[in-house]
Amino acid sequence: MDQIKAKLMKPSKETKQETVGKIISYTCIVAIMLLVLLVLYFIISFGMSTFTKNNVNLWSFLSGTNWSPGQVDAHGNPEVGALPMIVTSFAVTILSALVATPFAIAVSLFMTIIAPKHGKGFLQAIIELLVGIPSVVYGYIGLTLVVPFIRHLYGGTGFGILSGTIVLFVMVLPTITSLTVDSLKAVPRYYLEASLALGATRWQTIYKVILRAATPGILTAIIFGMARAFGEALAVQMVIGNATLMPKSLLTPAATLTSQLTTGIGNTVMGSLPNNALWSLALILLLMSLVFNIAVKFVGSKGDLNK
Amino acid sequence: MNPKIANKIADAVIYILVAIVVIILALLIGFILITGIPHISWHFLTSVSQSFSAGGGIRDQLFNSIYLLILTLIISFPIALGSGIYLAEYAPKNWFTSLIQTAIEVLSSLPSIIVGLFCYLLFVIEFQLGFSILSGAIALTFFNLPLLTRSIQESLESVPDLQRQAGASLGLSRWKTITGIIFPIAIPGIITGIILSAGRVFGEAAALIYTAGESAPAISYSNFNPFNPASFLNPMRPAETLAVHIWKVNTEGVTPDASQISSGSSAVLIIVILIFNLGAHYLGKHLYDKMTASK
Amino acid sequence: MAFKDYDFNDTYFATFDDEKALVTKDIQVYYGDNHAFHDGNLSFSRNKITALIGASGSGKSTYLRCLNRMNDDVARVTGQIMYRGMNINSSDVNVYEVRSHIGMVFQRPNPFAKSIRENITFALKQHGLKNKSELDKRVEESLRGASLWDEVKDRLDKSALSLSGGQAQRLCIARAIAMKPDILLMDEPASALDPISTKNIENTLNQLKKDYTIIIVTHNMQQASRISDYTSFFHLGHALEFDRTERIFTNPHVKATEDYISGNFG
Repeated sequence: MDQIKAKLMKPSKETKQETVGKIISYTCIVAIMLLVLLVLYFIISFGMSTFTKNNVNLWSFLSGTNWSPGQVDAHGNPEVGALPMIVTSFAVTILSALVATPFAIAVSLFMTIIAPKHGKGFLQAIIELLVGIPSVVYGYIGLTLVVPFIRHLYGGTGFGILSGTIVLFVMVLPTITSLTVDSLKAVPRYYLEASLALGATRWQTIYKVILRAATPGILTAIIFGMARAFGEALAVQMVIGNATLMPKSLLTPAATLTSQLTTGIGNTVMGSLPNNALWSLALILLLMSLVFNIAVKFVGSKGDLNK
Repeated sequence: MNPKIANKIADAVIYILVAIVVIILALLIGFILITGIPHISWHFLTSVSQSFSAGGGIRDQLFNSIYLLILTLIISFPIALGSGIYLAEYAPKNWFTSLIQTAIEVLSSLPSIIVGLFCYLLFVIEFQLGFSILSGAIALTFFNLPLLTRSIQESLESVPDLQRQAGASLGLSRWKTITGIIFPIAIPGIITGIILSAGRVFGEAAALIYTAGESAPAISYSNFNPFNPASFLNPMRPAETLAVHIWKVNTEGVTPDASQISSGSSAVLIIVILIFNLGAHYLGKHLYDKMTASK
Repeated sequence: MAFKDYDFNDTYFATFDDEKALVTKDIQVYYGDNHAFHDGNLSFSRNKITALIGASGSGKSTYLRCLNRMNDDVARVTGQIMYRGMNINSSDVNVYEVRSHIGMVFQRPNPFAKSIRENITFALKQHGLKNKSELDKRVEESLRGASLWDEVKDRLDKSALSLSGGQAQRLCIARAIAMKPDILLMDEPASALDPISTKNIENTLNQLKKDYTIIIVTHNMQQASRISDYTSFFHLGHALEFDRTERIFTNPHVKATEDYISGNFG
């Protein structure tokens, strides 16, 4: 009797196990948190040094159109105008998402509602494979197929926003499609059946019922696609032309934030202005990635409210 | 417009768009495989790459990719497992947990070039690891951790709560219940997650250019001393991977047969990733059957 | 579903002069701000079966899960649970020890995804029993105790997931009694089973009574009347009546109990 009582009051092997287990798993999660904070801290502090150490005006950085960080303009200010890269990054991102979205929705509708049997097997496998194709492979194909094609069609070099958009379109298509498929699958089957039973045509049902219900999910899919396009480095860098000029048309060589980072970091000296200016481009990328995150959260919570 | 006609038009539009996508996909995969496979030969896979002359192979790049992948998994799996267990089993429902979730989402959505540059700054320069397999593996760990953590968390969460209650009701600690009862059931899902993330790691290049480097110095496959700079096992040597190789020969290289090398390497990459994908599906299903069916 | 309004002060708790295995005093359960269970004051006699009956949402399962502290993580439980003269509802008390003395069987069979043998030995090994022959003995004893031995003795190393629902539930009972607990808590153990399996389980319980104190939640009144010695009636988070089972089913004191028994409820 007393033995049992004593046991009940004492920590046992299990108590110790539990403590050890908690320490292990808590340590891991804290490690991840620290990694994230470390990344944010480093990119932000290095990205800010253009403005704090080199005294570059933030506004002239964002709105300037001349990027040659080694040189100074007539007023003695360094030429670090990031606008060409910012504009090009947004241009390829928005254009590729605009082109990809109708295709992604059509394919998703095909896979979930029109021909679910085909959707499950063949298309699903292909989409999964496409998500997994490395970006350098997309870049290589862009370089060997898309760029010569554009050159042939429109003249010039073939490098530029149009080629970048085409490559990114193929890259974000599987991302947007697979997430759109998920959101269409989440629409209860009886919505479709009820609507068809009321005599609506399939298109009326899709347009007025299914797509309405899936809108938040589709928006989330598009944002994820845009985030992928905005952050993509090598594939774009291989076909965009890498000229830090304000894009005049879709066909002239340009540079995105990521492509400029890829080509530039290796050719500049740590701590110098040209190097710091590149970190500021990285900071813009980081901030945009946070913006995409917040947008996903926002759209997601809107979706919940409508339910 | 007459709804019947609208329906017909909509159907036609959808079919056309799907057809275009299918054509693009077929073109894409066909192009890689048709132009690439003829270049894959035993010689191509087992000889050293050439910078200035034609006929180079991808032996070292292929090995580096695999070695880097293994190192990355060794570093990232334990951390992802611990974090996945925390999130699935211990995390209370409060603001702190949602902060952690958000942090992991942020990490997973960071462009890989940013991750690469950060690791360049901190590990290659600050900690003086130099361009090395180790720096590359750390960079890929950043990239891999959120994916792996999430897939482990989801696999653990898919195990019914009844199993946890059964463990608790027998006086087992929660940790023992997790490691002895929940984890074995989640293994198929976790393995699928590992393989799928391995596919992504294998093809990653942007995070590696400034961490593992773009050079593939001569290495000896008979030197098993990991501390010897010439050893293939040395984690401190610079190591160009297959994906980085494709990028380099297309942008900076002067190799005369760049397009043959690229198409051959691309085909190898695609085939490996295809094997990973199929392997994940097959192994996941096989293990699941084995777990649930009677022995 | 709207219930009739019953007076929660209209209660009746019979007292019996036998040895008690477990006594609860003033148990309250809160989920956040929601006061889910009120004033649990019941005593459970040693080597008897006590049934807790009531409609769904009556709080009988919530109350039962307090008794081996399964609610620790999800709710706040106040009050005293007296076991062997000490209050086990206290954070000082080793909850793992509590649960190895007070076992539990759940509504749905939840065997581990392991072999039949390992289902029983896993927790025993963990609690320090390493001797192979002793383990084998426990496996046989507990499977016999749960009336499952004859059906599975030739396939102890087969996966427990190959068992039928009724067999799996008896394996869960065997797993619980292999720990040699004092008390067995059962949360509607037969509700997910077919009538024949249910009958098997009930027979098993009658066998187990001589060694264990059993507290069983059920919404099946016939089952309660067939197997239990004492019955307590729960309604909307209150225990309203406690008495001998035949008394409860023939001549209850409390109006709510009477209505529930006669099907004139809600």
